[in-house]
Amino acid sequence: MKGWALWWLVGVAVLVVLELTLRGVVGPYNYQILGLIGINIILAVSLNLINGYTGQFSIGHAGFYAVGAYTCAAVVVYGGEAIRGALPFFPALAQDAVLLFLGLGAAAVVTAVAGLAVGIPSLRLRGDYLAIVTLGFGEIIRVVVLNVDSIGGARGFAGIPQLANFFWIYLFVLVTIVVIHNLVHSGFGRAFVSIRDDEIAAEAMGVDTTRYKILSFVISSMFAGIAGGLFGHFTMYLHPNSFTFLASFYVIIMIVVGGLGSIEGAILGAILVTAGLEVLRGLGPFRLVTFAALLVLVMIYRPRGILGSWTLFGRKSGAKARPR
Amino acid sequence: MNYRRWAPALTILGTLTLGSCGGDQGAAEGGEILIGEYGSLTGTTATFGISTRNGIDMAIDEVNAAGGVLGRQVRVIVEDDQGRPEEAQTVVTKLITSDQVVAVLGEVASSRTLAAAPIAQQYGIPMITPSSTNPAVTQVGDYIFRVCFIDPFQGLVMATFATRSLGLTRVAILRDIRNDYSVGLADVFVENFQAMGGTIVIDQSYSEGDTDFSAQLTAIRAENPEAIFVPGYYTEVGLIARQARSLGLTVPLLGGDGWDSPSLIEIGGEALDGSYFSNHYSVQDPSPAIQAFVSAYQARFGETPDALAGLGYDAAMILFDAIRRAGSTEGAAIRDALAQTADFAGVTGTITLDENRNAIKPAVVLQVSGGQLVYVETINP
Amino acid sequence: METFLQQVVNGISQGSAYALIALGYTMVYGVLRLINFAHADVYMIGAFSGYYLANSSLVQTTLGTSVFAAVVVMVGAMAICACVGMLIERFAYRPGRSPAPHVLPFWLGILGAGFGYQAEGGAIPIFFGSSVGAMVGFFLERVVGIRPERRYSSLKVLIVAIGVSLFLENGGQIVFGADPKFFPQIIPTRPVQIGGLSVDSQRIVVLGVAILLMVLLNLVVNYTKTGKAMRAVSFNIDAARLMGINTDRIIAFTFALGSALAGAGGILVSLMYPRIDPLMGIMPGLKAFVAAVLGGIGSITGAMLGGLIIGLAEVMAVGYGQSTYRDAIAFVILVLILLVKPTGIMGKGMVDKV
Repeated sequence: MKGWALWWLVGVAVLVVLELTLRGVVGPYNYQILGLIGINIILAVSLNLINGYTGQFSIGHAGFYAVGAYTCAAVVVYGGEAIRGALPFFPALAQDAVLLFLGLGAAAVVTAVAGLAVGIPSLRLRGDYLAIVTLGFGEIIRVVVLNVDSIGGARGFAGIPQLANFFWIYLFVLVTIVVIHNLVHSGFGRAFVSIRDDEIAAEAMGVDTTRYKILSFVISSMFAGIAGGLFGHFTMYLHPNSFTFLASFYVIIMIVVGGLGSIEGAILGAILVTAGLEVLRGLGPFRLVTFAALLVLVMIYRPRGILGSWTLFGRKSGAKARPR
Repeated sequence: MNYRRWAPALTILGTLTLGSCGGDQGAAEGGEILIGEYGSLTGTTATFGISTRNGIDMAIDEVNAAGGVLGRQVRVIVEDDQGRPEEAQTVVTKLITSDQVVAVLGEVASSRTLAAAPIAQQYGIPMITPSSTNPAVTQVGDYIFRVCFIDPFQGLVMATFATRSLGLTRVAILRDIRNDYSVGLADVFVENFQAMGGTIVIDQSYSEGDTDFSAQLTAIRAENPEAIFVPGYYTEVGLIARQARSLGLTVPLLGGDGWDSPSLIEIGGEALDGSYFSNHYSVQDPSPAIQAFVSAYQARFGETPDALAGLGYDAAMILFDAIRRAGSTEGAAIRDALAQTADFAGVTGTITLDENRNAIKPAVVLQVSGGQLVYVETINP
Repeated sequence: METFLQQVVNGISQGSAYALIALGYTMVYGVLRLINFAHADVYMIGAFSGYYLANSSLVQTTLGTSVFAAVVVMVGAMAICACVGMLIERFAYRPGRSPAPHVLPFWLGILGAGFGYQAEGGAIPIFFGSSVGAMVGFFLERVVGIRPERRYSSLKVLIVAIGVSLFLENGGQIVFGADPKFFPQIIPTRPVQIGGLSVDSQRIVVLGVAILLMVLLNLVVNYTKTGKAMRAVSFNIDAARLMGINTDRIIAFTFALGSALAGAGGILVSLMYPRIDPLMGIMPGLKAFVAAVLGGIGSITGAMLGGLIIGLAEVMAVGYGQSTYRDAIAFVILVLILLVKPTGIMGKGMVDKV
């Protein structure tokens, strides 16, 4: 059997075992945290593609997260019966899986389209301007969602079936990591990094920067959409307040703290930030103040993040982010 | 070892460890009864969470001083959800599974309660919300209770008051689009008011946190209503009143229990005189139980208790009463006892829980007059 | 027609609020290329400084509600904000750019004070906590030798700005209390009838003061030596340094000025909309930044113009369109302007040097 197929089988098997035993071993509370960490890993790794590898400064990730979450939930909640009806001979577990896949598929497609719609006009801008525009788009999406009554609006979208669990979340974590890793270590990846390092030089060398920037943006938002779909089906409830620009900030914090331009950094960052916020709960009202102070200190003393551009597998995907 | 490279990481780890040491978690000691409470202690609706917590704290201290429940002292573990629904879920999961509480009190905002209720239902731990008024909350399952009335009733109350007592036929709506409570209440009011023969002349909205309402109020002014229904939180209502008056709108404002707070009059000032809102209880109610509660609260916290504090107090007291009647702290037993709560004398009214686990209780209508909240009338279900 | 004019008046009022905040944003961005997210929170601190000053017994008993009282409160708040702004610059933004000793003692000292505050025992634990924190900070800095990494990257500075902003917001909730407070009306207001419109006399005063501040700022930037230095730094910081300008001091001055304006903005806006709470700066801050971009970042008149346009657009959209989309209006305008003319209305094109 081909090497990679074997690895996948092992991975899936490990996940199945974990799914069945984890809740008993660490308790439902920690299980919940682990699930959220997984979702944040997908968010961080996908954002890292556009911010870290392509060097495009996007603060609108929460918008795509929201689009994916609501699309997936809407498909499952409104289309669920019809889809289940079409598969009466499947066992319930398989029906759930099919439903989840369809929901996530729809989420990925719609988010990719949204990414295109946002990316094409925005990516003409540079640096801080791009950041603000993406922030703006994220907020526009949130306000629109707030106004659509069929997905709950201000009431929130309740009654979403719990189709996502540790297994599914971490399966998609693996998929995300593998896809982005392969992408980054390919010709595409070199194009992305060349854009990050010096866009004008890249353009001069014949790299179609617009095309690659948009591609990177669309892929990144697609995975954010998948993360959103999983989020909705893990927490069973969606509300626009979960998708404010603060949520976008948290994802950026994750990738910067972990190390920009490194998938391992994004993973570490996601784990640290999510777990750190939980651990700091003991501080009560000082929780966020301490978090903010620590953030400032980390950025002052180690702006490249904890891991910098260090990678575990494969060659380093290009030079470190160049100093200005 | 290269300290310089590792020091930042170590500092962070050190702070995190210190942080996790703080706080009062841990298993029940010596036969304590542990209950969980979650609310928004930080964030934009922080005052609601804090008020509710104050009310619950008072109830617990009172009960413990009198010997506890079933002879055991009660302790509450409070968690902050920052006003975010997914946080609410996480903290309730922690309270139930990690801290092993026997019941959960919370939350004020229906959106957070809706996010967390499925967890309580799943684990068979009773959850009592002191003030979430959205009907969907108790529909989550039979372990979810509330001690306040629901929006359909409250909307009906104000519509009845508007038509019957004030004789109004033309009303404008100004709702908070970002707040499910406000949207729900507005919808119910509109439905009932129209059914009683009234006309809604215009329906405007704003967002929680806004400070400028002149655009909406100007549009409302152009339609010449006899009153404006503003079912929002006191934080915006005060400003709305001021701006309405300065635009020349002298008609009364009507509202719901979201108006209730010691700061309402501070922010709204004279602009609120002549306006009415529905509430759970009146501080002026001469009944000794209410007066005792009000003075005890004032002595301890230095301000008049708002309805949220009162409801928090009642929720806790009803919980203790149910535990006593059940004779055990087991989830299903408490649930059954709660479901049978009838004619409980709470500070926010005589409370009976119906088959949907909602509270059947009268609402009072208060008028703002001369800087005071004056009782006008009671409307029974 | 009357309604329309009334809406225009409303829009100008709201717009002047955004314009005041935008002035500070545009200045700091012009000089440092930094979106100072913490600016909106300095605005909040200005509002609270004004609140405490105006309610303090000193002001209440000696000055009452005279114009003098208003001026004292305003100047006081501006001074406090200028200090806060300089502290932020010194201990959060400068470390990435120039030598900045004592950063760790500062932050750890604050964290220590926080721990002390939580221990609940009055002033002593706070003092003790902050001393311990400061000592640990000194130890780490001097003995262990941890130094900040001085590599400028706009993303890193942005994160620091976000961190400071979160710090101030949540710190404010702890120190000031999360509940909204009522801002005392130190400039009393009367509805004034102009034609068929009713305008608060207070708002006219606020608009006037805003324009005055804008003019003063213009004077400082364009007609003083320090202003010239500021402009030099905004063109090319390295060349400015080579020309003998003490860039650190100029940048500190810029922050002080911008923050003082934010403080003034906080007071003036709180007079018009008298509800203050620690999170009051977030949304207005974002919209004010959009206003600064709209008007042309780095341009003072542009900031005023941008603010007014956004205020008017919001009010018109609410009055004549769908009020539920109000928050999105500013961002839609932002997207449009960035697509059509990214340098903004009054902006000068900034060439990207290779």
